[in-house]
Amino acid sequence: MKKLLLLTVFLISIKAGAQTDIDAIMMEKNAFCIGPMYAHSSWKNYWEGTLKRDNANLGKVSTTMSSVMGNYGITNKLNVLFGVPYVKTKASAGQLKGLKGIQDISLWVKWKAYTKKMGQGRLSLFAIGGYSLPASNYTADFLPMSIGLESKNLSLRAMADYQRGAWFATLSGTYVRRSNIEIDRTAYYTTEMHYSNEVKMPDAASFNFRAGYRDKGAYAELVLDNWTTLDGFDITRNNMPFPSNRMNATRIGLNLKYPMRFHPPLSLVANGFTTIAGRNMGQATGFGAGIFYVFNFAKKEKADTNKSKK
Amino acid sequence: MKKINLLYIMLAAVLLYSCSKDITERNMDFPALQPASTDINAGTWKPILLTGPTEFPVAAPIATTTPDYIAQVNEIKSFQAKMTRDEKNSVKYWSAGAVLRWNEIMRELVALHNLPPYQNADGTYPFPSANNPLAYPQFPFANPPYAARAYAYVAAAQYDALVAAWHYKKLYNRPAPYNADPTVNVLIPKSDLPSYPSEDAVVIGVTTELLKLLFPGDQEFIQLKAEEHKRARIIAGANVRSDLEAGETLGKSVAQKFVTRARGDRAGAAIGNQTIWTQMENDAIARGEIPWISQESPKRPPMLPLFGKVKTFLFDSLTMVTTIRPAAPPSTSSQQFKDEVAEVYSFSKNPTREQIRIAHFWADGLATYTPPGHWNAIATEDFVKQNFSEVRWARNMGLLNMALMDAAIACWDAKYLYFNPRPSQIDPRIKTTTGLPNFPSYISGHSTFSGAAATILGHIIKPKAAEYTAMAKEASESRIYGAIHYRSDCTRGLETGNKVGEYAIARALTDGAE
Repeated sequence: MKKLLLLTVFLISIKAGAQTDIDAIMMEKNAFCIGPMYAHSSWKNYWEGTLKRDNANLGKVSTTMSSVMGNYGITNKLNVLFGVPYVKTKASAGQLKGLKGIQDISLWVKWKAYTKKMGQGRLSLFAIGGYSLPASNYTADFLPMSIGLESKNLSLRAMADYQRGAWFATLSGTYVRRSNIEIDRTAYYTTEMHYSNEVKMPDAASFNFRAGYRDKGAYAELVLDNWTTLDGFDITRNNMPFPSNRMNATRIGLNLKYPMRFHPPLSLVANGFTTIAGRNMGQATGFGAGIFYVFNFAKKEKADTNKSKK
Repeated sequence: MKKINLLYIMLAAVLLYSCSKDITERNMDFPALQPASTDINAGTWKPILLTGPTEFPVAAPIATTTPDYIAQVNEIKSFQAKMTRDEKNSVKYWSAGAVLRWNEIMRELVALHNLPPYQNADGTYPFPSANNPLAYPQFPFANPPYAARAYAYVAAAQYDALVAAWHYKKLYNRPAPYNADPTVNVLIPKSDLPSYPSEDAVVIGVTTELLKLLFPGDQEFIQLKAEEHKRARIIAGANVRSDLEAGETLGKSVAQKFVTRARGDRAGAAIGNQTIWTQMENDAIARGEIPWISQESPKRPPMLPLFGKVKTFLFDSLTMVTTIRPAAPPSTSSQQFKDEVAEVYSFSKNPTREQIRIAHFWADGLATYTPPGHWNAIATEDFVKQNFSEVRWARNMGLLNMALMDAAIACWDAKYLYFNPRPSQIDPRIKTTTGLPNFPSYISGHSTFSGAAATILGHIIKPKAAEYTAMAKEASESRIYGAIHYRSDCTRGLETGNKVGEYAIARALTDGAE
């Protein structure tokens, strides 16, 4: 906690972008924040069902993601966000070829539905909806080298945020409805034989808790999140993974954002995470960094808004 | 207000989206078997191992006028009176055909067991034990040669048992229950085929008996299927209990001939030992060639190196050496070899999406029914449209699977005779878009299997011959796209497979069924 406080010392009071679909930060009306993100994650150990193991025929499996993310304020309380990632996978050992390509394009609508003063702080409630679908015809059925799972996902999220001074905590829960996918073969085995190229994808739920310091466009937060697939089957002994496995992961992470003092619309973001529990997934650790820029298409209005808030 | 609308839109989207995820599986839609011909004279067809259709006698049935028979008909009526929805579904499922469904069950068992054992702590590998099938690693490891042999024994035995059954059907000519007693409901298409002994029970008897040998750890699953199948026949009004009992007994007897053959066909010794593995490597070095080396970590012993010595069905071991065995591959020091490595590298470096699709369509790797299983699935979906009788189904599946097993033997013979390295062993830059098999490269198993299957299937369904040839070619080339085989492996594999398929055609022309 002391380290986190030290980091916050350098944060300065400027408003800037780099919001995500899972935090409580909103873009102002007519402001548009966009920027590239780079993320790298890798794992050596993975969970084969619930059994943790390594695999000398994979070595370390790494994924890099280069993406463009953006966020536009339709109003101060209604934002739309999008993301398009390019993903590349690689195994450090064995023969399996890494794959690459544009993965899923995602679109989010974030609505700050309710705000109320509560005690010495402020409580905000959000409703968030998202949809993602593959942006290219990539191969899902080649795990762990696949760049994605190919399903079209509809996400519904409820989120609550409480801020007191510069300190905040945010809790959200998401239900993810996943469409079936089509694979390149005409039959496959899960816990029984299936004569179809269509794979039934179980839905998923996720929880996310984040807390930290947030002030004037800068923040430092600790994150705990959990992804639970609501059905699906375990990888059997020494088998390969399959898209409809029961994939679960619990991760902890740290996110930082720092708006540049010399030019406030420009900010840097950085994050890191590690996986503390899982099932049918790699025990991934990763980091990411990005640069975001806010374009304000209604400077005057922004000034007015600031005034009215004071 | 705008926001409220948005919320409604989101909710509506969820409702639209929440339509059923249930999948229609192709094998659940197969129609009930309705043979174009009963093949009433199939008792004269040439069996594979039986000396003749009467080698295992079937006692004469009781007359349909006896109290015993009438009691058996009443059993049908009682079942039908309290039929549940599950039982109705079961009748529909089994009505597609006994040979078809038991072939599917085998494919499922193969997929379940097609997983290589995990290594020991010291980096060696354990081998499954038939005497302790439930202990890890479970028996069997149903890899492609094991699967090909399993499919072949079961299909060939089903054929012999049904030839015998057809002999007795014609001899005793006992009508089906619905023909003996018109008040019996019948839930499947009616047939003039005599019902004693029951062809379904013959298949159950012969298959369950062979599966004790081939999948000894899965008896509970197999016996449940057998019980369900027999009950479905009674509920359907297709058989009385004595039809089933006579059929099952006959099937079990015929199976013993095949069990005896299987115990002596040298497959049990196909794993070899360290001395043999080293000898194969040294022989390749002595010929001036780069030997195959396992690319797995830790290094895994080669898959079934002596499977090429297993006893074939369609030709003798001398024919295999003189007529079927392919010539040596391009020397690992030749320019042709270097060119072929370069070709594989080019596919590995920048595979197109279509090449990956083809590689995956035909991969049939871990936890699948293997390439022989894939060709069984292809044959099944085509045979369904042909309205074959059970005995003709068995005959055609027998021909296909004997060809696939002999293809496996011929292919494994070449693989371990030449002990040729895989492309990724020669050029470590070569990464694969499908799993790298742990055995030598030349000749390609997929190509050999596919060449054999396409040849015999093109004979059985002549209008589809060109289509089967094209499928085999694609299956063969899928291994170059996957970057695990050279072109020579694939072209020579197809040729070798075609030769094996010709022997299946030769048998087909003389077995009395055409």
